Amino acid sequence: MIYQGKQRIWSEYQKEIPTDHWFYVRSCIRQSFFPASEKTFLEILRDRLGKDIYETPSHTTCGGIAYHSEAIPQETMMTIIARQFALMTEAGYENYVCSCITSFGLYSEVIEDWREFPELEAKIRENLWKATKREFKIPTYLAHASDLVYKFRNEIAEQAKFRLVNQQTGKPLRVVEHIGCHYAKMFPSKGVGGAEYPYVLAGMVESWGGEVIDYPERRHCCGFGFRQYLVKANRGYSVSNTHKKFESMEPFEPDMIITNCPGCPYFLDRWQYVIAEQTGKTYGKDGYGIPVFTYEEVAGLVLGYDPWDLGLQTHQVAVEPLLDKMGIPYNPEDKYKGVDGKQLQRPEFPMNIKCC
Amino acid sequence: MNQNVVVIGGGPAGIEASRKLRDLGYTPILIESQPALGGKLTRWDRLFPDGVEARAILDPMLQDLDGIKYFTDTEVLSINRLKDTWVVKLSNGLSAQVRAILLTTGFDLFKAEKKEEYGYGIYERVITNADLEDWYKSGAPLQFDNVHTIGFVHCVGSRDEKAGNRQCSKVCCVTAVKQACEFKEKYPDATVYCFYMDLRMFGRKFEDLYLKAQKDYGIRFVRGRVSEVSEDIDGHLFVKAEDTLFGKPLKIKMDLLVLMAGMAPAASSASLARMAGITTGEDGFLVPRSIVGDACRASREGIFLAGAVTGPKTLPETLGEAASAALAIDQFLKTPVKQ
Repeated sequence: MIYQGKQRIWSEYQKEIPTDHWFYVRSCIRQSFFPASEKTFLEILRDRLGKDIYETPSHTTCGGIAYHSEAIPQETMMTIIARQFALMTEAGYENYVCSCITSFGLYSEVIEDWREFPELEAKIRENLWKATKREFKIPTYLAHASDLVYKFRNEIAEQAKFRLVNQQTGKPLRVVEHIGCHYAKMFPSKGVGGAEYPYVLAGMVESWGGEVIDYPERRHCCGFGFRQYLVKANRGYSVSNTHKKFESMEPFEPDMIITNCPGCPYFLDRWQYVIAEQTGKTYGKDGYGIPVFTYEEVAGLVLGYDPWDLGLQTHQVAVEPLLDKMGIPYNPEDKYKGVDGKQLQRPEFPMNIKCC
Repeated sequence: MNQNVVVIGGGPAGIEASRKLRDLGYTPILIESQPALGGKLTRWDRLFPDGVEARAILDPMLQDLDGIKYFTDTEVLSINRLKDTWVVKLSNGLSAQVRAILLTTGFDLFKAEKKEEYGYGIYERVITNADLEDWYKSGAPLQFDNVHTIGFVHCVGSRDEKAGNRQCSKVCCVTAVKQACEFKEKYPDATVYCFYMDLRMFGRKFEDLYLKAQKDYGIRFVRGRVSEVSEDIDGHLFVKAEDTLFGKPLKIKMDLLVLMAGMAPAASSASLARMAGITTGEDGFLVPRSIVGDACRASREGIFLAGAVTGPKTLPETLGEAASAALAIDQFLKTPVKQ
């Protein structure tokens, strides 16, 4: 692989990301799947970096899952998004950052549609006014939350307590970066690094000491793919996609996976259990899986957050082998304690994938 | 007679037109921006459809330049109209005042790295048709070991609206077939694939070469586009494509992938067109007065065009058009200037 070739492409896909004053919207599902990721993002931006990030409890779903499942028509989805933009406008912000990749893709698509078809934008403005008496401005800048962490990756590195380096060998950790399909595949210019060789997560990994793995199925879907999972009959297809990715990355012996999409870490994490149950095969060392993280979780680990405060106990694949490699201290006894310090129930361990 | 004519572009079209103009009694001033004459033909080893060596065509042309003033490493700085003449200023400090200018700036090879999914410039085993021709010409051993499977991807930056090149580059289909056969001659045991949209074997003997490639060389033709290329841990390529005749996706491990980079408008043509005030087409190639009946004259009097400057052409077409342009210039210069 010729690294300079990628650098040339990365230099062509640099998006403008303002340094401050963002209106933040959460994902519908991430707080269930990876409960501390969004909280950690806000803490890092506000408390560690001193940025102004505003969020309102009035915001809703963007309608993405319903739209991509053909449960709601395009106009309905657009009117929901118009309302989100109205909330941003009313709060006095122009920069819009979202936690979800599906939302990011959808916002990009809607803004592009309105640019191409002004009559459609006018219709949506009318819909919103009739329904809510609200008006809106289109965001001056649209970013995914991983764009902001990428923007501040070096500031985070300056405050790092741990690096993506194997403390026993001194070598960089080998990291698979998996980008959500809706981040840049539809609009390559909207993503840091473009669609084919995205740099948004690779940049974080490099800044924090790791080494990115370029494996053959790097671009392949994680297995979520909406209908692959949402339609129950297709779930075999979902797991087979994930299986294909793990078979492809296995020879590279990755230490961890970093992702920037709500669905990807969930499916790459949970399906490792299913693959192990179905085939008996695991992809990490000594019967463990390959731990999968959100970029906020990785930023939190680098900054020295307690792993259990980051919600890593909700992962299916054990994260402890990775914590040991990075030299991050943790108390196994605290893993399943609630916020009040009381012991919660311990989960039943699976048969074929080793857990801690 | 000894009237000067400026010819801009020292590839096959420019050299051939200059020779014809000289034979008609004119003094051509041939301008080439590169260090040597010959254009892209200097990089080519053998030519379709018969495999004749490119140097067998080019060398006699380069040895027959008596009576032609030529300047290499020279740029055109400006072209200005002065009454019924054109004043051409050159980067070597010279200038020429002539009634006729012939533009033969040809084409640029499409930058294959623009098709990011194919990984040119990122994966070492992805090369272009021009790189392969360089290797054929060098006679050196292939830089990669254990080359058993090789693919040719047709239409890279050709008939590709997203890449900004809508036109068919015309020569890539038969060039790929030629290069595939040559590869089999060097590596008889290799498995060779050609991924194509449709094969445009329009020229004499092209179809024969295509049939020979299938029957005698065993080239595997797959109708379908390559969707992405990646690299495994050993540095070999994984090529994903679709076989549209079987309706099946393919994933093939390959040792070498050759991108048939198409013809793009030459960047220099656009700037020369602006200087001379002539029309550039939507596709970036220069526009003659009529593609059918007046292909060698540009929109302004005294400016002539020949070769791939007006669109993709084969070498025989280019040489033929160069001769036509010389005759059109001769006819123009014999016509008295209107007072």
